Amino acid sequence: MYLTPEQQAILDGAKGETMAKVMKTLVMYGETFGADKLVPVTSDYNHLVTSFGLKMMGPVFDLMQQLIDAGAVSSQKFSVDPRPVDKNVPANFLQKLVFNKFMYSTQESYEEQLKQLGLMDKDAFTCACYLDQVGNKPKKGDILSWAESSAVVYANSVLGARCNRNSGIMDIMGSIAGYVPNFGLLTDEGRKATWIVKVECENKPEAQLLGSAIGMKVMEDVPYVMGMEKWLGTELNDENCAYLKDFGAATASNGAVGLYHIANLTPEAKELGEALIAENAQVYVIDDAELERVKNNYPVMWKNPDAKPKLCFVGCPHMSMEQLKSWTVRVEEGLKAAGNKKVLIPTVFTTAPAVKAEFEKTEYAARLKTTGVILSYICPLMYMNNPLCKSMSVMTSSNKLRTYTTARYYTEDDILAKITKGGN
Amino acid sequence: MKEFKGRVIAPGTVTAEAVVSHGGFNTLASLQGALQFGDKKATCGDQNNPDLHGKELAGKALCLPMTIGSTTGGLVLYCACAMERQPACMLFSKPIDSLAAAGSILASVWLEGISMPVVDSLGDDFLEAVKHGDTVEVKENGVVVIK
Repeated sequence: MYLTPEQQAILDGAKGETMAKVMKTLVMYGETFGADKLVPVTSDYNHLVTSFGLKMMGPVFDLMQQLIDAGAVSSQKFSVDPRPVDKNVPANFLQKLVFNKFMYSTQESYEEQLKQLGLMDKDAFTCACYLDQVGNKPKKGDILSWAESSAVVYANSVLGARCNRNSGIMDIMGSIAGYVPNFGLLTDEGRKATWIVKVECENKPEAQLLGSAIGMKVMEDVPYVMGMEKWLGTELNDENCAYLKDFGAATASNGAVGLYHIANLTPEAKELGEALIAENAQVYVIDDAELERVKNNYPVMWKNPDAKPKLCFVGCPHMSMEQLKSWTVRVEEGLKAAGNKKVLIPTVFTTAPAVKAEFEKTEYAARLKTTGVILSYICPLMYMNNPLCKSMSVMTSSNKLRTYTTARYYTEDDILAKITKGGN
Repeated sequence: MKEFKGRVIAPGTVTAEAVVSHGGFNTLASLQGALQFGDKKATCGDQNNPDLHGKELAGKALCLPMTIGSTTGGLVLYCACAMERQPACMLFSKPIDSLAAAGSILASVWLEGISMPVVDSLGDDFLEAVKHGDTVEVKENGVVVIK
């Protein structure tokens, strides 16, 4: 891999031992994937995946401290994934004890480290940093050093930025150096689709189910999705962006997709069309039966599969303003039709702190509160990441949350019916 | 005895018992519980991986096509190495993915005295040939022997 004289000098120790290690990390990363050079990071902000002061991450905190002590911090500020704890989210005495005294006991000291490393705002904690209210929205063509699988796939696919599926820690290395290795999704060749996905469903597929099916099939490859125009049209409006946010998160967590193209909708597909499809691309046809097959194959991890749900999470990844408003209306209408006043299952909607603050300025906030739904900035995944939740019957519309925890996946319509009408 | 030749990502030699994932290995889903709650054997917690769910991973020769899922994958692997609960080696049938590579590289650059040989591009035949419980030897030059 070619290094400029300046990059080579850093690798040789001109800026100290820690910076040399940062550069060595990036060079090894690039060489593993046949990168030809390092290219400058051009986005305004970075995004990190490591938001949680989880006790098991001691080795990560040690490494972060090593960077701080050596002055190896980035000039680029960053947002970071959601906070793992929110006192507004229902938890029993034992859970609170475990969360605060055991699992996330290092949250405060870790957030102090994040400030020293360049956190863009005290509340810049969300997986959906690209939402307008948060302010970390890269431009088309920007080179990023982000991690967080759902944010990377959104930035690549919907915004047209360029970012590899970087791991946590690798994200901050690129930002500190100001360079990332040029390979994979940073290159034109790496952005070509090696799968054609033909969607032949009767009705608009559930975003997180369609994404799951595609992720499980194509794994790390790039899919070019056809057949969505009749539902999504050709414009990236708020509703479509929310749909693609959820769709992408499922492709990235149920598989390892870092970029997808939607025919006539996402920026590169609009610009280049089928020229984006690589030679000998494989084909995957998805119809309603295929989606049903995928859904029916999800393992049910509840101790009692017939249990009444104890808790419901909607918003992994975090909900957009448009989703909060439309869900408020859906919950209200569902409750009215069922003759109920409040949701029958404790329900938490999760969103970015900045979106929450803006939402609370609208009339919808009071209306949502009246339905009994709790609005939180928490990361549901981190909430459920403990043995106490294994015995809880938690339901969710998130295929990402289903993948990493014992939460059970339901479609949005099923979720709505259960929280407004009740029943198992 | 069968031999396969791959590309060395992290050098080293080791002989260990194989555990085999035919689907993508979800690092976060597999290891988070074990690392968080003191399971030194690093029992796989991924409900979606019928090949490995409930199997011990620490000290085993982890044979897999690739890793998938959350971009915390690399740091989870890094933490497993720092806590000495990592697999004895990772043997990929496909070219390594960016998350597993990051974990391996971070451990190699930032941790002292950690050994986890990693070999990739061993081919689909490797994953078909190797079975749970096989003894697997990794040589310095990327040759993997199933005994």
